[in-house]
Amino acid sequence: MSDTWIEVCAADEIDEEDVIRFDHAGRTFAIYRSPEDTYHATDGLCTHEKIHLADGLVMDHIIECPKHNGRFDYKTGEAKGAPVCVDLRTYPVKVEGGTVFIGL
Amino acid sequence: MKPTKRDYSLLGRDAEAAVANGLAAAEWYHTEIARKDMKALMQRSDAPAIRDTAIWLGTMLVTGAAGIWLWGSWWAVPFFLVYGVLYGSASDSRWHECGHGTAFKTMWMNDAVYQIACFMIMRNPVTWRWSHTRHHTDTVIVGRDPEIAVMRPPDLARLVLNFFGLLDAWHAVIDMLRNAAGVMSAAEKTFIPASEQPKAIRIARIWLAIYGATIALCFALGSILPAMLIGLPRLYGAWHHVLTGLLQHGGLADNVIDHRLNSRTVYMNPVSRFIYWNMNYHVEHHMFPMVPYHALPRLHAMIKHDLPAPNPSMWHGYREMLPAFLRQLRNEDYFLKRDLPATARPYKEEFHSEPAVAAAE
Repeated sequence: MSDTWIEVCAADEIDEEDVIRFDHAGRTFAIYRSPEDTYHATDGLCTHEKIHLADGLVMDHIIECPKHNGRFDYKTGEAKGAPVCVDLRTYPVKVEGGTVFIGL
Repeated sequence: MKPTKRDYSLLGRDAEAAVANGLAAAEWYHTEIARKDMKALMQRSDAPAIRDTAIWLGTMLVTGAAGIWLWGSWWAVPFFLVYGVLYGSASDSRWHECGHGTAFKTMWMNDAVYQIACFMIMRNPVTWRWSHTRHHTDTVIVGRDPEIAVMRPPDLARLVLNFFGLLDAWHAVIDMLRNAAGVMSAAEKTFIPASEQPKAIRIARIWLAIYGATIALCFALGSILPAMLIGLPRLYGAWHHVLTGLLQHGGLADNVIDHRLNSRTVYMNPVSRFIYWNMNYHVEHHMFPMVPYHALPRLHAMIKHDLPAPNPSMWHGYREMLPAFLRQLRNEDYFLKRDLPATARPYKEEFHSEPAVAAAE
């Protein structure tokens, strides 16, 4: 379980099958809304070259980095092949009262 | 040999300088596009690439079969000319787009066409995936970009020979033999992670077996016909990908972090655009590499207010590029400065500092 839940945004601020950037305490995160209307969070920067994933493309459960097209499963953080070799860190997410929270 | 100002080695002086002065893995300029519009442009689709791949491979099948049928007569020549361009030039853009993973929506289709095209263009699919990653990180940054086609001062003899694939294919064969022997070069090790290097070696060995079988068949038949279909088209069909590829960055600025300064968009005829898969929209591709080739004309229309005017034709592009190459023989700091329209956001000041402007004029 998470120690601290941090408010991110209203749930409807993220389009279905999309991602937004969320900065908190000097760190950056990517917050996703899946096609099944579930919410997920990962580190915000690609593990390959520190590019913001929130500028990338969400396809089903995949986030594609906008710079080199590296792909991750944003639900598990798994790197799906070159040029990304290191998995993304994921974080717990909950939605309460129409608001998205990330567990840090 | 006379020393030059630029050291293009990935392990050399300028490689260290690029890291030290912030040009390596820098933050590049992007034209502002609303997220909604960018999402629409990035959307993937299988249909355009399936259509284009069917035309590409289908035409190769027909022209290759006609070439075999007419072998020994001059009537075979036009069929091999078409087959050669589809093998030795169209493979360049297919390798490129499928390597980005943007041509098809379905990843195994990207991967399958990527492997086929890499074989045709003689680029190890592992090595070149990583070299191209670096090309997008550090586009035309001296000492960092492993894919700079025209270094300064330009080697014009090399350019001419490569219209027939001679030097590129020669180096590709050397690299294949070295990789097949299990050896990765020091330069390759700078951009290919250790975990990926065994894959490059395995591919090289498979390719060596295919070329060996092709050569053996030539001897068995007493004819070069098998090599006319596998291998040699990389030479006699290379001219179109060199013709279009040189325009991508030739004669433009180096060591800048704004693709409007170092890349060129050129309007081209529909046949060349099919062979080249719309990579004539090269500023747009570098600025937004996740946009598929079939959406690049739409992207161009959306952001052209912020880009230098495109060259209206290949001929126009060569008319500005070739004189620039000749001037770079005398002054390697010379480059073509791209003027922006009044509607564009200006270049950052450091890109047009006094010495850079002086070199451009």
